[in-house]
Amino acid sequence: MASRFPIVNNTTSFLIEIGELSRFTGRFFKEVFKAPFEFKELLHQCYNVGNRSLVLVGVTGFILGLVLTMQTRPTLVEFGAVSWMPRMVSVSIVRELGPMITALICAGRIASGIGAELGSMRVTEQIDAMEVSGTNPFKYLVVTRIVATTLMLPLLVLMGDAIALYGSALIEYFRGEVSFQLYFTKAFDSLEFGDFIPPTIKSFFFGFAIGLVGCFKGYYCKKGTVGVGVAANTAVVFTSMLLFVFDFIAVFITDIFYEL
Amino acid sequence: MNYKMITEKEISTVENPIKEAVIIIKDLCKSFSGNHVLNGFNMKLYKGENLVVMGKSGSGKSVMIKCLVGLMHPDSGSVEIMGKEIEDLSHEELDELRSDIGFLFQGSALYDSMTVRENLEFPLRRHRDRMQDGETTKELVLEALKNVGLEHTIDLMPAELSGGMQRRVALARTLILKPKIILYDEPTSGLDPITAKEIIELMRSIQKVYKTSSLIITHDVDCARVIADRMILLVDGINYAEGSFSELDNSNDPKIEAFFKK
Repeated sequence: MASRFPIVNNTTSFLIEIGELSRFTGRFFKEVFKAPFEFKELLHQCYNVGNRSLVLVGVTGFILGLVLTMQTRPTLVEFGAVSWMPRMVSVSIVRELGPMITALICAGRIASGIGAELGSMRVTEQIDAMEVSGTNPFKYLVVTRIVATTLMLPLLVLMGDAIALYGSALIEYFRGEVSFQLYFTKAFDSLEFGDFIPPTIKSFFFGFAIGLVGCFKGYYCKKGTVGVGVAANTAVVFTSMLLFVFDFIAVFITDIFYEL
Repeated sequence: MNYKMITEKEISTVENPIKEAVIIIKDLCKSFSGNHVLNGFNMKLYKGENLVVMGKSGSGKSVMIKCLVGLMHPDSGSVEIMGKEIEDLSHEELDELRSDIGFLFQGSALYDSMTVRENLEFPLRRHRDRMQDGETTKELVLEALKNVGLEHTIDLMPAELSGGMQRRVALARTLILKPKIILYDEPTSGLDPITAKEIIELMRSIQKVYKTSSLIITHDVDCARVIADRMILLVDGINYAEGSFSELDNSNDPKIEAFFKK
């Protein structure tokens, strides 16, 4: 029953949505391990998610590396710590900025794309048509997309990190006359194998969140073409929020391990 | 008056002792947020017949047809298709039953990211058992397209087709599994009169070739005139009247006259 207090109604709708999202997640885990497996469609989605995001992630990563180095350089010069530049940049990119920025970029491109695509399929009855033809649309459309984003995001993050470091090295080469070899030697000296594990694990969760929310919003899209726009829009907003929550949890857990 | 007026609780149809009923709907009720769309709808579809259900927009025709294939769950009542109660079936059993039922959607519902060929191949992915020995997917696709006169569109995308062609491709996709029952949801809506006539002729020829039983949901009187063996008028969520086209057309009942007024 609707309350006369908007805050109560909003909280109720939010909690209902969380409940539905949880049920949707449960259904995903139920269906993902059940045959028949849609390998062909999964590869197609991996191509869509991965290959078609390469340029965007590459350009963003490159600019991130450039900007981070240019902004930090004066401060490090002031304190005579400019030789720490490769370490500072590599640690910040690999541990936090790379995964987070790549995930946010992908949330904008992929989650909204999935939300709009599935939403438009819903309102034009294409999902219903799949269902009455005996194909499980959840498995064909949702499971493949979520698995594809989960698998592709860590790869995109690794690529984004590498390009960001290259961008940073380029600035150091021109401004600080540091060779690429020296820059990358210093950068990788400051990184341990353990530095790659938490962000990589985190990236799988980010990819999962992007696919999950995009599919959820699109699959249950309502109210015609307006609903498609709303699905695409809310998919991005909700995914971005979820990414920050996941990031906080990941950093919190990583900190506990570092303290041990 | 020759037509039969139906009361809310009365079970549908002029009983036909010879023909076997392939779909039986009893007391179907469905409401959305307190809005009662179906209020105890009853219907029987007999083997080999074309049954037209007419009603004005929002009268619950599409809701009824979606309850038939399990896309919506009724609040109460029962839907029996070929002796199987829909609500009692598991997901796998329902999928199996659905392969015997073709569904032509109001807006064609072609998968717009796939070519015509891929659209037609799609239902065969899960139902290869429907293919007879020696039959290939390619042959079945071509045969279905040939039946609707659109072999040349096989490698086109749905967006490259006109509305009428899309409807015919959707019909070909419906036919690919050689269903025993075809459900048509507003098959002529949004089409010009000439294309609508072509679709109606196509529906008639399909019924002859495939020997299907058809349930046609429409508010197009011309379509009903040509194709209906029997008609049901859906008013206020119940089957208000039932009979042949001419019986209903000659009725003096104001609610029935409203549909047939020239």
